[in-house]
Amino acid sequence: MTMIFGVPMAVFMGQLTLGLVNGAFYALLSLGLAVIFGLLKIVNFAHGAQYMLGAFAALLGFRYLGINYWLALVLVPLVIGGLGMLLERFLLRRIAHLDHLYGLLLTFGLALIIEGTLVNLFGVSGARYATPEILQGGLNLGFMFLPTYRAWVLVAALAMCLFTWFMIERTRLGAYLRAGTENSQLMQAFGVNVPLLITLTYGFGVGLAAFAGVLAAPLYPVSPTMGSSLLIVVFAVVVIGGMGSILGAILTGLGMGIIEGLTKVYYPEAANTVIFLVMILVLMLRPAGLFGKEA
Amino acid sequence: MPASTLLKAPTAVAQRQRRANLRRNAFYIALIGVGLVAPFIAYPVFLMKILCFALFACAFNLLLGYAGLLSFGHAAFLATGGYATGYLLASYPGLTPELGILAGTLMATLLGVLFGVLSIRRQGIYFAMVTLALAQLMFFVFIQAPFTGGEDGLHGVPRGELFGVISLRSNLAMYYFVFVIFLLGYALIQRTVHSPFGQVLKAIRENEPRAISLGYNVDAYKLVAFVISAGLAGLAGSTKTVVFQLASLTDAHWHMSGEVILMTLLGGVGTLLGPLMGAGLVVSLQHLLAQSPLGNWVSVILGAIFVVCVLSFRSGIIGELGAIYRKNFK
Repeated sequence: MTMIFGVPMAVFMGQLTLGLVNGAFYALLSLGLAVIFGLLKIVNFAHGAQYMLGAFAALLGFRYLGINYWLALVLVPLVIGGLGMLLERFLLRRIAHLDHLYGLLLTFGLALIIEGTLVNLFGVSGARYATPEILQGGLNLGFMFLPTYRAWVLVAALAMCLFTWFMIERTRLGAYLRAGTENSQLMQAFGVNVPLLITLTYGFGVGLAAFAGVLAAPLYPVSPTMGSSLLIVVFAVVVIGGMGSILGAILTGLGMGIIEGLTKVYYPEAANTVIFLVMILVLMLRPAGLFGKEA
Repeated sequence: MPASTLLKAPTAVAQRQRRANLRRNAFYIALIGVGLVAPFIAYPVFLMKILCFALFACAFNLLLGYAGLLSFGHAAFLATGGYATGYLLASYPGLTPELGILAGTLMATLLGVLFGVLSIRRQGIYFAMVTLALAQLMFFVFIQAPFTGGEDGLHGVPRGELFGVISLRSNLAMYYFVFVIFLLGYALIQRTVHSPFGQVLKAIRENEPRAISLGYNVDAYKLVAFVISAGLAGLAGSTKTVVFQLASLTDAHWHMSGEVILMTLLGGVGTLLGPLMGAGLVVSLQHLLAQSPLGNWVSVILGAIFVVCVLSFRSGIIGELGAIYRKNFK
């Protein structure tokens, strides 16, 4: 059997795929955080809870309404994103004029409420969400076994990232958003409806989190606490990459996933902590972050 | 302008200042009096819990309220103090509790230097995220380290004899020891806030670029504030471990970092008494809810208080009371 640095090839590639899939989630979530941060200047602490709501909506929609996976992949981000817009319109807007740390605190409180409520309704043990039939099984690539669903998650997440990049960099709405990020008051003076733009942006970021949640549902146990611990890792990823660039967020997310996966192969004890250690290293060597513009 | 009025004006100011000082001292003496008789009215262990968390919140408030730095990782210092003290007291039976607490505080202070150097490299929202991530790193360290008891935590930490003489087994003796620790911690914070150092901190909070342009080494000031805050949070954690004779992962969890923010916010950010009040309220609320049918909803209720505080109660209870007082009585 082929060995890579003393580890069987199949194990190595398996962990690499796992890492890439995790990285795809880091990328999607940090991308959503970056989009929201760009225009609203707040860190959305409810992002993990909204990701978890995405997974739960898929699970409950299937259980009670018979909504299948593919429909959920479209509907759930729209519904959760819509809820996000309501949240922005009625709560976040009221504190938009204050120090942006208040936005962090408000969304933190909301995350506690959402998570606590679901813990009471569904308990902390995770539920299983069936993988759709077409995506079951796997491909034997000769040097490794690739589960179809993981391959699909990678493709779907990257496609969504690319779509987001296209929306922001290549469309008129995206141009508005970029301009609003630079100077929203000037945009408003030019007659652009900035408050509406802000609401849509927040909804879009939340929708990204919900999309990630639906993707994650067949992969991980669906539980109320699945989002919060993931979010803290995503925060570290955001600190490493900086929130300045979209491609930067995607690359950092995938890169950190790979590093985490490889750590699981060679030094499993540090798998939980390696991303935080990378963050410390980046803070020492390049305090603004790998792709960051400001400190 | 005649010379007499020139001389007179400062005297009037000084007189008002003296009266304000007198009022404040009287208030503190009354508060200490309440603290002294409290264990005869309420359950001492409950009061000790409040005092430990109040010290924790006061330490946190030094950073948020006076330096304008929102740390989302203060649980790391509470837990480090607690684990270090717990491990030392459990492994070396000869060690007296005050030395154990001192060692725990020292460990937390050292960790504060480390985390402080790293996190003050970023500002605002990034600072919050960095501290949160560093605290999560410590959480995983505490889960995996051989000396923390993993998921179970450390149990049966002996309270021992204070200075090798006074047994702390009785809750009353323990209470007065904790009360003295709290007063010392509070006095240190009070002195820091009202010192020239504290004034510079406030200047940095209000306008950092300006403080830099005035020639202050802003990073050094922030670091010192961070380290004092971390050390006092560690002192709170160490003391808590001796009181409850256990150290557990609850103290290291990010929920704990959130709770201390809530205590400070509810009582009043940037007020000296706010965190004390907030800690008392939150601990009492948790205590009441734990016995009621709403016991499982604690985190939802805390989250709701968070939202209400941020939306419409940002100066907290002490802050609002202070505003009413200034409006009507001055």
